[in-house]
Amino acid sequence: MKQYIGRRVGYSLLSLFLLSLTIFFFVRVTGDPAALLVEPGASAEDIAAIHHQFGLDRPLWVQYGVFMSSLFHGDLGQSFYYRTPVMDLYLSRLPNSLILAVVAMGFSLLVGIPSGILAAVRVGRFWDSAGKLFALLGLSMPSFWVGLLLILLFSVYLGWLPSSGAGTPLHLIMPAFALGWYFAAAHMRLTRSSMLEVLGSEYVKLARIKGLPQSLVIAKHAFKNALIPVLTLAGVNLVIMVNVAVVVETVFAWPGIGRLLAEGINFRDFPVVQGVVIMGGAMIIIVNLMVDVLYAVIDPRIRLER
Amino acid sequence: MSTQAELIVAPPSFRRRPVFSWLGDFPLIPTLILVVIGLVAIFANVLAPHNPEVGSLVARFKPPFWQTGGSTKYLLGTDQLGRDVLSRLIFGARVSVVVGFTAVIFAGVIGTGLGILSGYLGGWVDQVVMRLTDTWLALPALTFAIFLAAIVGPSMWNIVLILGITYWTRYARVIRGEVLSLKEREFVRLAVVAGCSKRTIMVRHILPNVINTAIVLGTLMLGVVIIAEASLSFLGVGVPPPQPAWGLMLSDGKQGLMVGYWWLTVFPGCCIMLMVLSANLLGDWLRVKLDPQLRQL
Repeated sequence: MKQYIGRRVGYSLLSLFLLSLTIFFFVRVTGDPAALLVEPGASAEDIAAIHHQFGLDRPLWVQYGVFMSSLFHGDLGQSFYYRTPVMDLYLSRLPNSLILAVVAMGFSLLVGIPSGILAAVRVGRFWDSAGKLFALLGLSMPSFWVGLLLILLFSVYLGWLPSSGAGTPLHLIMPAFALGWYFAAAHMRLTRSSMLEVLGSEYVKLARIKGLPQSLVIAKHAFKNALIPVLTLAGVNLVIMVNVAVVVETVFAWPGIGRLLAEGINFRDFPVVQGVVIMGGAMIIIVNLMVDVLYAVIDPRIRLER
Repeated sequence: MSTQAELIVAPPSFRRRPVFSWLGDFPLIPTLILVVIGLVAIFANVLAPHNPEVGSLVARFKPPFWQTGGSTKYLLGTDQLGRDVLSRLIFGARVSVVVGFTAVIFAGVIGTGLGILSGYLGGWVDQVVMRLTDTWLALPALTFAIFLAAIVGPSMWNIVLILGITYWTRYARVIRGEVLSLKEREFVRLAVVAGCSKRTIMVRHILPNVINTAIVLGTLMLGVVIIAEASLSFLGVGVPPPQPAWGLMLSDGKQGLMVGYWWLTVFPGCCIMLMVLSANLLGDWLRVKLDPQLRQL
């Protein structure tokens, strides 16, 4: 158990290291960061001055060391545009992103789990096909387009909901739906396949042989066991949601991390863009580690296997 | 004896059935849609009624022909610069088709190559490739693509490169798994005994056996890549204006949305959805038909 967790932690640290190396590599090798800072047509002296100011004239490995040591201190650099530390900006936007992600996740589970169960219980019948269509559309429509269509219908034609901004629960409805549909589709598919697997298992057969009514078999024996993989996926997806919300947040001008990233691109604010990617990757690595450890604690098969 | 066995195993009706059932649930309509989009992309300059990049400022925001104020000159209306929406959609197909297919192939080449190397050679190569794959999977794909696009600057071919190096991981994972089991098969062992070099075995014996899987994965990735391209263009780091791309059209259309210029939002989105939906349906079918091992993927 200890050995297993130790190895997992080691892999995660290695992943974090590779992540920082990847980001550093792409920033330094694919172009001169100074070129992003100066006006086009700046003189050679200006560029050299900026090189010196940001330490870009030092050897690459020294630059990497500086980059890493500041990362360890939670320093993601200074925003060019806002003139404040990127970390502060990130943390100030994080709550908004989390609210949106939690509501979108709630919606996706509320829709995905019951429809997945219904599809599995009525496999090959009407509700199964309807669920498949719903999932297929969710996976095939770009979330930002769903958002634009919602604005068109509910803000422009019906005038029921505000089209952009944040502040009231009403502002949350459309972005959460646009963001949540794709995940609802994913959760529905997983619930369906997980439920089908459980329904074919020995203990469900036993419950049926005992003569329990269908509703009890599904509610008491199948449902709980089928839910485990879905909830695990949902935990990981919550973090992914925070990170893929960039287009939806742009559509609805929702002041979260995605919007921060989009602003970073528009203002050529490079440290912000880099910081958002690093934080996103770090969050996903940490959540994956937590899931692995939690699994090992719950399920002895996993920790004995390796 | 043998004739009797044949009669039992293969009666006439049975012989015809495999072919029939193989094609029985072939997704005809999705395939046709993809073929039509492909043809439209190839013959865009013949089909488009107007120049997609030049508009006339007197004809801005014209609605589609069936609405009052619309004319049959601009069948699907015009945008904020008076450019014909239909022509832009037709040329936009070119971007989606070219970016979609080349990025999927590029990602497939990287992922399949690394997957075969990692699976067949094992040892430290396997460790390096798998750790790299893990790290890549931890990266939020879309955010990473945006990050890369912001560094290298917008252009269509940059987008292809970026999407290729963002989305290769899934190929690497699955192909590696396949190679691990192929490695133990008789024909590969015999090739080793016969003295084939590692390179020959990987290229001549392993690669042809995993290519089916790579094609299935590629079809399934097509939708993901097309949506990613549209998202990048929508955010302004994808295909640069004035080149017509569906994601870019949606981004432009956002200006007119609040005033009710719905055609600028609905039509490009429908095109993206049709193409992605078709690719997904075809991919699902191929997955079940070509590669039973991938069924639960």
